[in-house]
Amino acid sequence: MSDSKSPLLDELEKGPWPSFVTEIKKAAEKSPMAQGLLEQLELSYKEKKTHWKHGGIVGVKGYGGGIIGRYSDSGDKFPDVAHFHTVRVNQPSGWFYTSDALRELMAIWERHGSCLTNFHGSTGDTVFLGTKTPELEGIFTELSEKGWDLGGSGSDVRTPSCCVGPARCEFACYDTLGLTYDLTMSYQDELHRPFFPYKWKFKMAGCPNDCVASIARSDFSVIGTWKDSIQMDTEAVKEYAADANFNIQKYVVNKCPSKCMSWDGEKLEIDNKNCVRCMHCINTMPKALRPGKEKGAAILIGAKAPIVEGAQLASVIVPFMEMKPPYQELKDLIAAIWEFWDENGVARERIGECIQRVGLGNFVEQIGLKPIPQMVLQPRDNPYIFYEEYLEEE
Amino acid sequence: MAAPARKTDIGPPHYEKFLHPVIKENYGKWKYHEVLKSGVLVHVAETGAKIFTVRAASPRLLSSTTILLVCDLADKYSNGYLRFTSRNNIEFMLDNEANIDPLINELKQNNLPVGGTKNTISNIVHTQGWVHCHSAATDASGLVKVVMDDLFEYFEEMTLPHKVKIAVACCLNMCGAVHCSDIAILGVHRRPPKIDHANLKNMCEIPSTVASCPTAAIRPTYVDGKPSVQIDEDRCMFCGNCFSVCPAMPIADPLNDGVSIWVGGKVSNARTQPTFTKLAIPYLPNNPPRWTEVTDAIKKIVTIYAQDAEKYERVGEWIERIGWARFFEFTGFEFTKEHIDDFKYAGLTYRRTTQMKF
Ligand code: HEM
Ligand code: HEM
Ligand code: SF4
Ligand code: SF4
Ligand code: SF4
Ligand code: SF4
Repeated sequence: MSDSKSPLLDELEKGPWPSFVTEIKKAAEKSPMAQGLLEQLELSYKEKKTHWKHGGIVGVKGYGGGIIGRYSDSGDKFPDVAHFHTVRVNQPSGWFYTSDALRELMAIWERHGSCLTNFHGSTGDTVFLGTKTPELEGIFTELSEKGWDLGGSGSDVRTPSCCVGPARCEFACYDTLGLTYDLTMSYQDELHRPFFPYKWKFKMAGCPNDCVASIARSDFSVIGTWKDSIQMDTEAVKEYAADANFNIQKYVVNKCPSKCMSWDGEKLEIDNKNCVRCMHCINTMPKALRPGKEKGAAILIGAKAPIVEGAQLASVIVPFMEMKPPYQELKDLIAAIWEFWDENGVARERIGECIQRVGLGNFVEQIGLKPIPQMVLQPRDNPYIFYEEYLEEE
Repeated sequence: MAAPARKTDIGPPHYEKFLHPVIKENYGKWKYHEVLKSGVLVHVAETGAKIFTVRAASPRLLSSTTILLVCDLADKYSNGYLRFTSRNNIEFMLDNEANIDPLINELKQNNLPVGGTKNTISNIVHTQGWVHCHSAATDASGLVKVVMDDLFEYFEEMTLPHKVKIAVACCLNMCGAVHCSDIAILGVHRRPPKIDHANLKNMCEIPSTVASCPTAAIRPTYVDGKPSVQIDEDRCMFCGNCFSVCPAMPIADPLNDGVSIWVGGKVSNARTQPTFTKLAIPYLPNNPPRWTEVTDAIKKIVTIYAQDAEKYERVGEWIERIGWARFFEFTGFEFTKEHIDDFKYAGLTYRRTTQMKF
């Protein structure tokens, strides 16, 4: 009979995929908190039930966000994880690091916490997973001394995040890292001090591939696109044509959603007026095709997970905007939306739900945009029109 | 020694400090990329400069020990530069092609396998589960581990018709984009919260508890003379939203909690529009530590997709082409009453045409 304290979790150290259980055990060599987590988690596996309690409000001085309070419901059995709060550290744009920067972060975390991390949390933050209340001020002070700051949590601007963008992707139609950094710095107050009706997420994707799932997860989604023609390198097209494993007609032209491409075996043509900028042809022939030169981004609003009123994808409010520093047009739009939200939002209602309630037409009118066909797939098909004005006989 | 300075509102370090010199020089000037082999990319700039990327798996939940190990590997092979992807993979950026294979070997020795590029199953986006959340109906890290163990060949080899993105969320809050993945595993509660009437008034604010319920199932009431709430059980869809605002309404229940499986969502705009996942299996039991019912179901979906889909078809595009009826026929999954939507916009998903395949 094995004397392991975690026989069920030990089963998850088998198999080829890297094991989170092994990670918890490695951390437990350095921190009793991680050992406490291992033991409590084993109990959850045995009982098929979580042993975390609803979080209380904890934080660091002057900040309303950045720490997620977490308490064990079995603190008597597992005193080392009686408090086990998360520290959200604002990640560098694009999740780029140097080894020195990571060592600096780990030194702070090994002094003050469980030695467990998430690289990264779903919002994008560098997550320090699990520490006690008295450690929080020390962590924050040491982080800030080294030039790091906390991310968002609660009803505030959540830590903005972006795809790798122009740093290492030829498809990027604007500087996702630059914009993310700029917005993060411009909205420090909104990020650290929750005063919105609910959370607000910014996500920046460099092109319609949307590698950060911004259309599915962000209240305010900036997705790169272009206005002019796809750039084509005809020599490279010939290379693809010569590749016996590739079939331009079948894999590219036939799959174009707007049927705006043609291929006669020698010449590839694109009717750019009718291209919907879906990226498929560019994804499949990256050496030959690239987004156009007149680049910018579409702005979409209102994505969210199901709770409370059902899941929503974000929808277009601005089909195309130039994205160049200092991003004034974008910031004016954000200011107008926040003003609208301040007046119309109710607690725990995401902007997408608020717009559903008020109506997209009323929303765009109030933030000073003109209704345009690009905002919808089709005009309404129900005749309950709420006309707002009528004429009186004189 | 002076106390360290405590500064607020300084924001994150500027990302430029962390960019490999080749990346900094060629920022915004990339021309094209190629996948050299599974897990290895090369990006080529207008100038001809090249940067090689090696992508390795990670369980996301990492010890500082492993982070420090990864730092040492970065120092040795990639001038100390590294990054993480939106699916929690670790990427090393190399200017020296000769370092690729030694790095891959050393990663593998440390049980950090390399892959996840192009037509693979990359890392699973997931949430906290029993590791760190009060709301969880299942454990996310455990499910990720067993599913990826089972599908490991598809991480290492680029043999699928297209990429398959899998996500796990441990309750309906879905922290993460599980509602738009090719395959989603979603923890579900199936029994309404049990109300602690004796303590509710002290622990919760009644109006906000009532307001928290999406289906308006909660009403204020008195129990034994004390103010409390009651739930109209027929209207409860087990979201746990009330428990998030009122700890006196615990929803976790080992007997009834479990997992549902969803398929066919995507976020990319390529070819077809972004779309939600749809229900494939309404309930599978929580069977830790290895959840075999879940791994079997996922393996079945992936295997049939791999055989039947055309090249460049995502799971959802494949199912749209063959039709949902055929998806259920091929997989043998039972189609039940639960598969038919009955919330707000339910009618939009009924078949309003006689166009059908037999
Ligand atoms: C009533 C609604 C929700 C509640 C009560 C809730 C609760 C929580 C809790 C307690 C955590 C922390 C888990 C931990 O202790 O580490 C968490 C994490 C998180 N939540 Fe939510 N959540 C809700 C809705 C959402 C929604 C709708 C989203 C996304 C749109 C979201 C995104 C996140 C993210 C990104 C994290 C970090 C999780 C991770 O990286 O694993 N949450 N949420
Ligand atoms: C050949 C075309 C594509 C290229 C060059 C490309 C490029 C990239 C790059 C550079 C990353 C790392 C991004 C980051 O972490 O910030 C990435 C990851 C990702 N891409 Fe794309 N992308 C392509 C097509 C697509 C498509 C078609 C989709 C969606 C259907 C997609 C969705 C994603 C997602 C969700 C990730 C995270 C993957 C991971 O971390 O393993 N990409 N892609
Ligand atoms: S969203 Fe587009 S620009 Fe950004 S990494 Fe993905 S493919 Fe590149
Ligand atoms: S981007 Fe999409 S719509 Fe435009 S030509 Fe290419 S495949 Fe067709
Ligand atoms: S999905 Fe649910 S259980 Fe999982 S971390 Fe989010 S709120 Fe917690
Ligand atoms: S679990 Fe959700 S649906 Fe059920 S009573 Fe609570 S809030 Fe309402």
